[in-house]
Amino acid sequence: MSEVSIYWLQQVLNALQLSSIYALIALGYSMVYGILTMINFAHGDVFMVGAFLCFLAATLLDLPFVPTLLLTMTGAALLGVLIERLAYKPLRNAPRVSAIITALGVGLFLENLTLAFYPYPQNVPTLIENINWDLGGVSLSSLQLIIISLSLTLMLVLDYVVQRTPVGMAMRAISWDKTYVPLMGVPVDLIISITFAIGAALAGAAGTMYALAYPVIDPYMGIMVGWKAFIAAVVGGIGNMRGAMIGAFILGGVEIMVVAVLPSTYRDLVVFSLLLALIVIRPHGILGQPRVQKV
Amino acid sequence: MTSASQAMPLPDTTVSLLEVSGLRVHYDGIQALHGVSFSVPRGQIVTLIGANGAGKTSILHAISGLTPYSGRVTFAGHDLHGVPAHRIVGLGIAQVPEGRGIFGNLTVRENLRLATWQRRDRQRIEEDFERVLVRFPRLRERLGQAAGTLSGGEQQMLAVGRALMSRASLLLLDEPSMGMSPILVQEIFAIIQEINREGTTVLLVEQNANMALRIASRAYVLETGRITLAGSGQTLLGDPRVKQAYLGAVLKHHSVPG
Ligand SMILES: Nc1ncnc2c1ncn2[C@@H]1O[C@H](COP(=O)(O)OP(=O)(O)OP(=O)(O)O)[C@@H](O)[C@H]1O
Ligand SMILES: [Mg+2]
Repeated sequence: MSEVSIYWLQQVLNALQLSSIYALIALGYSMVYGILTMINFAHGDVFMVGAFLCFLAATLLDLPFVPTLLLTMTGAALLGVLIERLAYKPLRNAPRVSAIITALGVGLFLENLTLAFYPYPQNVPTLIENINWDLGGVSLSSLQLIIISLSLTLMLVLDYVVQRTPVGMAMRAISWDKTYVPLMGVPVDLIISITFAIGAALAGAAGTMYALAYPVIDPYMGIMVGWKAFIAAVVGGIGNMRGAMIGAFILGGVEIMVVAVLPSTYRDLVVFSLLLALIVIRPHGILGQPRVQKV
Repeated sequence: MTSASQAMPLPDTTVSLLEVSGLRVHYDGIQALHGVSFSVPRGQIVTLIGANGAGKTSILHAISGLTPYSGRVTFAGHDLHGVPAHRIVGLGIAQVPEGRGIFGNLTVRENLRLATWQRRDRQRIEEDFERVLVRFPRLRERLGQAAGTLSGGEQQMLAVGRALMSRASLLLLDEPSMGMSPILVQEIFAIIQEINREGTTVLLVEQNANMALRIASRAYVLETGRITLAGSGQTLLGDPRVKQAYLGAVLKHHSVPG
């Protein structure tokens, strides 16, 4: 292989790692939007809390990777359900702007709560032994392999749950129109809570992996990553699970490629411009359908 | 109030499956129902007829738990007040909502499956699934198709089939003839009668008074949130007030001379 193609293959691999993390977060935005037509702007901060839970599990409890991951996902899921029950549920029939403002408020609360405990950036210990494989000049690390394969597994599991299980069927029915879902015997509130739990658990997993890949964490780390994942969800077609994954892979790909050829300060400018252009061309995203307003 | 002419006492020897009394429903200050009372005897077809906005859907939504209300609704002896909507299906009340309310993004099969959410009797679910497909062969051909791609008539069949999947003892139907061609209306009404003959009690809300009164053993007329007439289907079919308001007949003494 030529030097050039090895270089680009390496970039693709790096992009895949970043994209997987964006995809896990983007799915949470998309699931909640699909079911409640609401943007959960606190979601990026749930990701941040996930990173801190990972840090806590690894430092205070001294846990290895797998228990850390499970604990973080469970903790994030509980946080997601708590946010939904306490902050969003009372506003379900209120004007949409109230829910958006509440979500932003919940996000600020989580940032400042974390800040109260950790005013300085924290170093996350290494949980995965660093092994590097040389694949014909392209290097693959054990961490990359775990991040990519674990994310893909989680996405496949989610896709199965949404497409093939009764709970997923109920979620899809609610996203069509929740008015008559109770007539089917389906407890809508429970399904909404499950949706938040799954979305937050994925963000928790993303937080764990991000903390391991970029091991200096701070309470504001969820803002930019959250925005990007949100944009990935919009580009893919918000409300559409597969769209969220596609959007994330486009986003991560563009980001890594821009840095590969341009000064890194141009990264976000190019990324956001490109995404704006995509939205103008396809307002409902790549896989999104124009929503029929139902009364 | 009961129909004055040809007064035929309602049969009260039958046991009521559903009893509604003093039902009131408000929406943001607008009162849609002003104390509605009626009963549905077990095994019969009862119809509620009324014009647009009379409050027919509000009644069904109150029974199903979709709308808060005051007053009393009892079903097979259970007081339904405060029972969440998703539990009411489990008690044996299924509703075919106005405009069918099918989930267009789900397949036909999934729409039918979703209605069995509360059921754990797998074997009988399979039997019911088969029975619905025998009754509606068109659905069998379209099981894997997104329900939103069905024609209006097929969607109505799906909505009825879906309600049957919950194995309810009381079926609430909200204007099943809406938007159907006359032939389809005939077909739907025949199916309703068949379902009733097999033992399901039916509460049918309709604007198509002619058809509804023909198949109903008991009927009520609803006007702006109040029951203004009650009687057997046959009695109301012959009632001049019903004829004039709901059957499109022009009474002689009301017609413009000339
Ligand atoms: N969600 C709601 N919010 C406010 N008002 C409502 C609501 N639902 C119904 N109404 C009002 O309550 C009254 C009764 O409505 P309802 O839908 O029960 O009538 P209906 O007899 O089913 O009419 P139609 O034949 O047109 O379906 C109407 O005046 C309607 O505008
Ligand atoms: Mg109605």
